[in-house]
Amino acid sequence: MPMPTVTELTINGQRTSVNVEPDVLLLTVLRDYLDLTGTKYGCGEGRCGACTVLIDGKPIRSCRTTTANSAGKSITTIEGLAKDGKLTPLQEAFIKADALQCAFCISGMIMSASALLDHNAHPTREDIISSMNGNVCRCGVYQRIIEAIQMASNTGSAEE
Amino acid sequence: MTDDDLTPIEPERYELHATPTYNFNLDRRDFIKAFGLGILFIVPTTRAHAQQRDQAESGRGRFGNNLPQDINAWIHIDEAGKVTVLTGKVEFGQNIRTSLTQAVADELHVPMSSIQMVMGDTELVPFDLGTFGSRTTPTMAPQLRRAAAAAREMLIAMAAEQLRLPPNDLRLVGARFVNHDKSKTLTLAEVARGRKLIKVIPENIAITPAADWTIAGTSVTKVDAVGFVTGRHRYTSDLKRDLMLYGKIVRPATFDAVLKSANTKAAEAMPGVKVVVDGNFVGVAAPDPQTAIKAANAIVVDWTSTPQPSNAELFELLRKPASDGEGRGRGGSRPQGSIANGLASADKKLESTYTVEYIAHAPLEPRAAVAEWTGDKLTVWTGTQRPFGVRGELAEAFHIPEDKIRVIVPDTGSGYGGKHTGECAIEAARLARAAGKPVKVVWTRAEEFSWAYFRPAGVIDVKSGVKDDGAITAWEFHNYNSGSAGIQIKYHTPNTDIQFHQSNSPLRQGSYRGLAATANHFARESHIDELADAVKMNPLEFRLKNIKDQRLRAVLEAATKAFGWNKTKAAKGRGFGLACGFEKGSYIATCAEVAIEPDAKDRKNSRVRIVRVTEAFECGAVVNPLQLKNQIEGAIVQAVGGAMFEAIEFANGKILNGHFADYRLPRFSDAPLVEVVLVDRKDLPSAGAGETPIVGLAPAVGNAVFNATGIRLRSLPLAPKGIPTPIGL
Repeated sequence: MPMPTVTELTINGQRTSVNVEPDVLLLTVLRDYLDLTGTKYGCGEGRCGACTVLIDGKPIRSCRTTTANSAGKSITTIEGLAKDGKLTPLQEAFIKADALQCAFCISGMIMSASALLDHNAHPTREDIISSMNGNVCRCGVYQRIIEAIQMASNTGSAEE
Repeated sequence: MTDDDLTPIEPERYELHATPTYNFNLDRRDFIKAFGLGILFIVPTTRAHAQQRDQAESGRGRFGNNLPQDINAWIHIDEAGKVTVLTGKVEFGQNIRTSLTQAVADELHVPMSSIQMVMGDTELVPFDLGTFGSRTTPTMAPQLRRAAAAAREMLIAMAAEQLRLPPNDLRLVGARFVNHDKSKTLTLAEVARGRKLIKVIPENIAITPAADWTIAGTSVTKVDAVGFVTGRHRYTSDLKRDLMLYGKIVRPATFDAVLKSANTKAAEAMPGVKVVVDGNFVGVAAPDPQTAIKAANAIVVDWTSTPQPSNAELFELLRKPASDGEGRGRGGSRPQGSIANGLASADKKLESTYTVEYIAHAPLEPRAAVAEWTGDKLTVWTGTQRPFGVRGELAEAFHIPEDKIRVIVPDTGSGYGGKHTGECAIEAARLARAAGKPVKVVWTRAEEFSWAYFRPAGVIDVKSGVKDDGAITAWEFHNYNSGSAGIQIKYHTPNTDIQFHQSNSPLRQGSYRGLAATANHFARESHIDELADAVKMNPLEFRLKNIKDQRLRAVLEAATKAFGWNKTKAAKGRGFGLACGFEKGSYIATCAEVAIEPDAKDRKNSRVRIVRVTEAFECGAVVNPLQLKNQIEGAIVQAVGGAMFEAIEFANGKILNGHFADYRLPRFSDAPLVEVVLVDRKDLPSAGAGETPIVGLAPAVGNAVFNATGIRLRSLPLAPKGIPTPIGL
């Protein structure tokens, strides 16, 4: 049985350490140890995208990533986007486009979209669909999420 | 007050009539409710609500021993002038927190920002049957409006007394009382300060007609949106309490399995782990989630299972009447005329069978609950659409009075009718009682698929006759198991026999957004298309010939106009389809365009892609056009799943595809382009809109596939694996 190990993590620019077994999922560490509950559990098998975080800028399913594999990398969660209470253009766009029903998927949607805009500042509708297809919104708000991403991409610097 | 809530509970809300999940042993204590200073306006209940509860109780004893105060709604104004509105309704993504705030702001003449809605907290809010059946907008919004309108007048009277002015010289504008020449003003806070008043709202209060709304009727984004886009909002599954443990349930090997033995030694030896074996309940609570999983896995359980049916026998099984059935179907209607005569006078006769599979709600937030005992008092946070219903279930499970139980519902990660029950709340509470510490239970996706309930499967037989001129002469319609919602026909025909028959369902089933209206509209609107084809009439003309209802005609005309029906012909490999209907006080017409696309690898098989959908919807006066459109768009996308590919596979007491890897949900790439046409009827009361927009898609798509290929699909899902590629494509 693996023993708890102190692991250093860099989350939202802050260094922190947790004492857990190395195979504990990053999702569990974020939610249950660090109280960063904006990242959600939806399926536990990487099929819904609700648990998406950025690791070194890439969208990663934290329900399929261990703590050991996250060590020493830069992790960004939904809590790390707004700075000093100022929302990013993408977060603003989700509100303006009314891309919110139950919103349980929204953290994952925003993280995935934020990674997309980092690499492709002006994605087409098809780009958005193909890169967001791993994120499920059971309320079916897809059309508005696409609008939100397009809206954010049009405001220029979508993400810092 | 209102009789709207007297709508009977549909028979297919099976979960409300089910026997309890667990039976435990007991405990008890007391609590006191308190409000701070300020003014509390209460809306007393009427006969209507007493009856509403009687109905609820007839289902089963879940609304329990201590029925609450006879109050419908509360509005409290504190010393800072902050308005708190209390309602038993809950927010599940329908954005009623927003629309109800609009209604109160409109009537009370205060900005939306000064209003806070407290929802679904049984200790604070008045009794409510539950958030389902699209009832919030038609029933709760007018109640809150009456309360707010009366509160406004009473506040003006109080302010007038304070200012020594006649009340008719004062107006309440933007949370300030102002006299005619604006020489004297008072704030809401100044009126409420130092008071501890309870004011009863009189019965007959005029509310603002829709034509004069200023805040309602406008597009307003989600009131607390910032909390959601920053991840700050705490859903039940995000809550944490001091000393909280993590719970895990050891599930039976199959449905209906009975526990033979459980060896818990290894689990109990783990540090901090509490194990509970009580009847069929086996669960653990541990200081961290991974220990909870390990402990649950370490319990060696032996279950006695019984053989159970599978998909293969499903529809045959559903045709057999329920063992405890009542013979002639419920929810249908008395036959009109004579089917035999109607068929005899027909030029063409048709007989078709339609089927629908079980599907899962799959709310993205699985069931979750945090339970905490303080002495003999129990508090449970849980995402349920029926906070008072779950309080009743907890009272029943733990043999304690309802006034010892507080259920709090944080805004929840959706439900779609799937979170009416409290099994997770009971599980968390059982573990918390044993552990003496708060316990959180969050179901896994696999648990959600297996241990919640499904939209009922169903078989529908339709027999009909039509004259060559398009007049329908006979309509016989039998729905087995799926339900009676939306079963009535709006097409004119002198001879009808419409029945719903209950069956023995092999799976646990219950409410799902729109109930059986989806299945019944699918069967009816597909069959209507078949009739139109039989007499070689355009599907739109055939419908207009047989529909007299002006509201239904209006949405049909609006949808087809926006879609371009009859204006363009579908391109090769494409098809247009139409469907319309009526349910829960609202009217809908849906047009769909599909593309038939041969598979790259196997050209004999084609995929059906929904290219675009135009839906016209009329639900009386529109409260918030933005949110209404959002609901309609979402319902259409959710409908795509049940229409195209969702189906539960089961065998011998197990779900075989209870994972997102195996159970396909609509994704970005499945979402058609959606155009919504709102028909705003300011002269009519607002009806709910959470459900009806879901019913038109499946038949419109099925009809479009027929239009494109000549292939008639009569089962939902329509084409999970595609269809044979038509010749020439």
